[in-house]
Amino acid sequence: MEKPAEGLGRFILLFCAVLKGMARPPFEARNIIRQMLEIGVNSLPVVLITAVFTGMVLALQGYTGFKRFGAEGLVGSVVALSMTRELGPVLSALIVTGRAGAAMAAELGTMRVTEQIDALETLATNPVKYLIVPRFLSGMVMLPALTVVTDIIGILGGYFVTVTLLGTSSKSYLRATWNFLQVQDIYVGLTKACFFGAAFTLISCYKGFYTRGGAEGVGRATTGAVVFSSMTILISDYFLSAWLF
Amino acid sequence: MIELRDVHKSFGENHVLRGVNLKVRKGESVVVIGGSGSGKSVLLKHIIGLLKPDRGSVIVGSTDLSQLDEEGLNEIRKRFGMLFQSSALFDSMTVWENVGFGLKRHTRLSDSEIKKIAIQKLGMVGLVGVEDLMPSELSGGMRKRVGLARAIAMEPEILLYDEPTTGLDPIMADAVNDLIIKMRETLHVTSVTITHDMKSAYKIADTIAMLYNGVIVASGPPGEIRNTPDPVVRQFIEGRAEGPIVLEGIIR
Repeated sequence: MEKPAEGLGRFILLFCAVLKGMARPPFEARNIIRQMLEIGVNSLPVVLITAVFTGMVLALQGYTGFKRFGAEGLVGSVVALSMTRELGPVLSALIVTGRAGAAMAAELGTMRVTEQIDALETLATNPVKYLIVPRFLSGMVMLPALTVVTDIIGILGGYFVTVTLLGTSSKSYLRATWNFLQVQDIYVGLTKACFFGAAFTLISCYKGFYTRGGAEGVGRATTGAVVFSSMTILISDYFLSAWLF
Repeated sequence: MIELRDVHKSFGENHVLRGVNLKVRKGESVVVIGGSGSGKSVLLKHIIGLLKPDRGSVIVGSTDLSQLDEEGLNEIRKRFGMLFQSSALFDSMTVWENVGFGLKRHTRLSDSEIKKIAIQKLGMVGLVGVEDLMPSELSGGMRKRVGLARAIAMEPEILLYDEPTTGLDPIMADAVNDLIIKMRETLHVTSVTITHDMKSAYKIADTIAMLYNGVIVASGPPGEIRNTPDPVVRQFIEGRAEGPIVLEGIIR
């Protein structure tokens, strides 16, 4: 059984190795593109569905609440602020963790237990640079990109409910959205997304890379990757919000 | 060519290697035998620098591996080829991409040139027309051969074999033994094999060394080992459950 301090130390060492790997050529362009497709493009359908329904439910709940004191006109701004500052980055990160993070841990874990990572080393290839750096970079780039999509689709979902289903005027929804939304809100959301992208890839890769014990170990690594990444995202979200407020 | 001097290695409380001394001359084929869990794989991983000894040193040519940084170690690894027990083929790549992996990483050859070399190496291990298949489409014996083709793709000076015949039927195992001999004869490589398959050991070894309790307890040509009076070695090569070797966790 690994001691927590030992695990933390190894995690920090892995992080340092990733930073070192990023600074030196060769830059694994092919692997980076493949990972960007995997993390970004392949996650798109599930992220889109989540975003549109989140925007819709936000609008529905916002409308119900605000109607009680006659402020239905503010629904647009609530949807826009909630999506850009909070739900866009957090929901995208949690969904991508469940999809791509679990896959990363399982793939690297299987490579570890079937000696493929050792084989990489015998072929004079640094496995951290070859396997983890591309995933880490892709996570940091693609999660903000997905967040932008989530924000837009969420706002459109809110628009659909507020304007089409509940009959508020299109003009007032859009005015409420634009008047209250500031560049700072988008910047806060994207900064969070970038951090979450780095965190979930690093945690998932760490769990997979240090897998031990056959199929059971791979299962444990995958579960651990999703649980630890999700917890890290949710906990760090509070501190990042407080810091970037 | 390769020398292990007083190599010690522990994993937690488990002191696996307790002062291993082993010399492998250029062009020689050394087979290390020993029971499951005796530390054979650990020993092999020290030779290619996948593991670092807690004490002692591993010398390849005139270089002490423990003195090398990562880049130095990678340079020296280009002189090695290794065949893994599970073949360790990259399952996201086709057979030829597996074989050509080292060439792709460390040469400026084009993909078509690499594929040509990969097909030629696959031919050397008796495989034709499999280059575009995925590893999951191959049988165990074919995977071993692809693993061997990958190991020889960079024309190494030293080949390491980790249990090359384990998991194969007797005919396929013998075919792999023949391949190992062929590699030595045609490529003039130095080789270190770890196995518990005595038939294989007798066939491919110039020298057999037995690892027991973390040290090399006997070493010599196959004929000498076959006739040794040492009770530990005798028990192992004759495959008897009774004798001085204690089977861990087995009550008799």
